[in-house]
Amino acid sequence: MISVPVHVQLLLASILFLIGLVGVLIRRNVIFMLMSVEIMLNAAGLVFIIGGAHWHQADGQAMVIFILAMAAAEVAVGLALILQVFHLHKTVDVDCLEELKDTQS
Amino acid sequence: MNLVFYIAALVAIFATLRAVLHKHAVHALLYLIVSLLSVAVIFFILGAPFLAALEVIIYAGAIMVLFVFVVMMLNRGEAAVQQEKEWFRFRTWAWPSVLVLILFVEWVYMLWRGSAQQSFAGVTQGPIQPQQVGELLFTQYLLGVEMAAMMLMAGIIGAYHIGKQKQKSYHRYLEEKSDQISISENKTQEVI
Repeated sequence: MISVPVHVQLLLASILFLIGLVGVLIRRNVIFMLMSVEIMLNAAGLVFIIGGAHWHQADGQAMVIFILAMAAAEVAVGLALILQVFHLHKTVDVDCLEELKDTQS
Repeated sequence: MNLVFYIAALVAIFATLRAVLHKHAVHALLYLIVSLLSVAVIFFILGAPFLAALEVIIYAGAIMVLFVFVVMMLNRGEAAVQQEKEWFRFRTWAWPSVLVLILFVEWVYMLWRGSAQQSFAGVTQGPIQPQQVGELLFTQYLLGVEMAAMMLMAGIIGAYHIGKQKQKSYHRYLEEKSDQISISENKTQEVI
């Protein structure tokens, strides 16, 4: 029987989400950024589970299943993109990908 | 049971921090797997055993294998050898092992604690059974399931299309002929 208060559980989820957000912001390696996005998705799923446990409804778990499916599709496409970028540019540094940037002069 | 939650939460935060801040991609993936496992433990404590199993199978299993596979593919020759040497050092695998050991002890504790119905109960009632989730998925959220199916299909096709390598578009007998052509022509064909 768990009696941890709900705000502590939500605090854990938000800490995980923040770590993921910081990871997206500070890393320049595309693979690490994709991993951080995964962490954020996982934290969002944790919030759904906490809500489902709090009100004792199965809806939260159904939502997490959708999140899982979305994460799987996102990772498949994202990793394919990373492979293509690596073949084209021989780097996984996002700062080197500047084809879409406007030339100033 | 509260202590189990707090320990799993600490393991999750620590492993996630290490995953985000680590310099080495494969080690970061190792920590990320530990983080996902500890989140699965938390799911289990919160009364969602089905989602805990799915988290381990899909996240820590399938998705992380994809990541590891791509990281391996991006390795370059000389650096890979150096990394291989580094991987057998003690300190590279010590911390993830300790963290997983903590989770394992928690798991054994929860199994040993006896009848699952009382021990890992949700808030007031027992855990939410997979049957409830399945019923909800295929009645109320049926449209969502269909959309998830379409999205996965689009993901598969998109990943295949994007990840496809450029192939030579010659016919087979032209390729056989090209073996006898001089090397320079071969090179030009490869460029094309």
